[in-house]
Amino acid sequence: MIAVELVKLLRRPRVWVAVALLCALPVVVAVFLATTHVPPPPGQGGAFLSAVLRDGSLYPAAAMAMVVPVFLPVAVAVVAGDGIAGEAATGTLRYLLVRPVGRTRLLVAKFVAVTVFVLVAVLSVVATSYLTGIIAFGAEPAAAVGQPGGVTSLSGAPLTPAGLALRLAGAIAYVAVSMLGVAAIALFLSTLTDSALGAALGALAALVTSQILATLDAAATVKPYLPTRYWLAWVDFFRDPVFWRDIERGAGIQAVYVAVLLAAAWANFATRDITS
Amino acid sequence: MITTSALTKRFGSVVAIDGVDLEVRDGDRYGLVGPNGSGKTTLVRMLLGLVYATSGKIEVLGRPVPKQVAEVLPDIGALIEGPAAYPYLSGRSNLALFDAAGRGGSRRTRRARVEAALERVGLAGIDRRPVRAYSLGMRQRLGLAAALLRSPRLLILDEPSNGLDPRGIREIRDLLVELNEAGTTVFMSSHLLFEVEALCTRVGVVDQGRLVVQDELAALRAPTGRVVVDTPDAERAAALLDGRVEERTGQRLVVREDDPARLNARLVADGVRVAHVAAEHRSLEQLVLDLTSASSDTAAAP
Repeated sequence: MIAVELVKLLRRPRVWVAVALLCALPVVVAVFLATTHVPPPPGQGGAFLSAVLRDGSLYPAAAMAMVVPVFLPVAVAVVAGDGIAGEAATGTLRYLLVRPVGRTRLLVAKFVAVTVFVLVAVLSVVATSYLTGIIAFGAEPAAAVGQPGGVTSLSGAPLTPAGLALRLAGAIAYVAVSMLGVAAIALFLSTLTDSALGAALGALAALVTSQILATLDAAATVKPYLPTRYWLAWVDFFRDPVFWRDIERGAGIQAVYVAVLLAAAWANFATRDITS
Repeated sequence: MITTSALTKRFGSVVAIDGVDLEVRDGDRYGLVGPNGSGKTTLVRMLLGLVYATSGKIEVLGRPVPKQVAEVLPDIGALIEGPAAYPYLSGRSNLALFDAAGRGGSRRTRRARVEAALERVGLAGIDRRPVRAYSLGMRQRLGLAAALLRSPRLLILDEPSNGLDPRGIREIRDLLVELNEAGTTVFMSSHLLFEVEALCTRVGVVDQGRLVVQDELAALRAPTGRVVVDTPDAERAAALLDGRVEERTGQRLVVREDDPARLNARLVADGVRVAHVAAEHRSLEQLVLDLTSASSDTAAAP
């Protein structure tokens, strides 16, 4: 069933449009930076953007900083929200279930497919932005400023190319994990309604609420448990040494959201009348 | 094949299915008829484990539903409230996906199954166009192909001829008769009564969630004990059969009489020309109209 879900996901034009849009954003930003050479003032603008002008191979990190706060979660919410509700709306849900595909199996396959989508999306962004960075800014011009070759970590120590690749892999994995909470929220809502749009909007509403509460001092007691609280902790992979505390907490929170919401989705979906 | 006892389903305060005792036997071509909103589709969904009963029991192919529905579904082909497919994929890809979602078979047998199903419903030559571009009739055929993929022992078809043109209706009817003669039990719902009359051997009539009649079609359509005569000499015939003519409109007489042959011989012997003579049967349409209330489509003033 997982294979079936992957075929449906990967043969769907809409999915590739979303991936293409995600990849296009960093390219647009790179074009502006490369043609003007005006770096954002220190402390403002996206993470890594100033550093990128010196070394294009850091651009994937800058690109992730651009897509993680809004664009990527929107795409994940749309794909996951479509999970059950989209099948209900096209009427294919009833035909899948009488194949028969068990309801639990279908839900698990949907979640796996969304996870694959997140990985495909993040890897596509990383790959295209790496190429964009090299083309627009070149690699390793740092040597010109008198440093030995190689990228500098956020903490100032130099990183070897192998070290950078490893940290990038860690960051990609962490970003993917951060998105699973959104996916679980959207998939849960998707079992409640027959409207894919409704499920996606519901999940986005939850995220916006979370992001607003995260900036509100009055909400200090709930802050550590908000799904978006540790979204940007992937940046900590680029510190030297890697700063694990927030990464671990972020992964833990996502695991709890996934477990609770998938259980709720299952409890609802397995006992529901399918009238679509 | 299908047995339900005292099956009841409530959606909130609405009683959709009310104490239904359905019985579909092995080899039947069973037609379920009734007005829109009478509960036909809900009943079909309950038989397939999509909608859960409030009370009562369902047994399909000898197993309790929904408890063991996963064991019987591989032997059932279903069309539920119209066909459905992924609009961005071709018909062939859709069938391959639906087939892959079920258990069993190598890549080659799966492909052969898809081709055989397309062939059966007259879609063997479809191209790679996405289903989005299909006509209503093609979608209906594709839905039937999906139902036939696993050579089911039982077909549960909700409005199988929906969206088809007269030739298509005829083709599908012939296909269902052929499958039935090869051993497949057919349970279908329809509001096209001529369709049910032409195809089915057994009929159930649903109204407001209740099964008001369930019998052999032949029994339901038993002669009424009257004979319809069409004659240009209506005047003379009426005089001859004085007292037994119950209705007379133009050349058409309705006569109390069991045997049309005897009546014909009598009229002809007296020189009455007879254009047509036949025993009167109750039509399924009349039966359904007599037994059911207004369709839920209407909203008459109270």
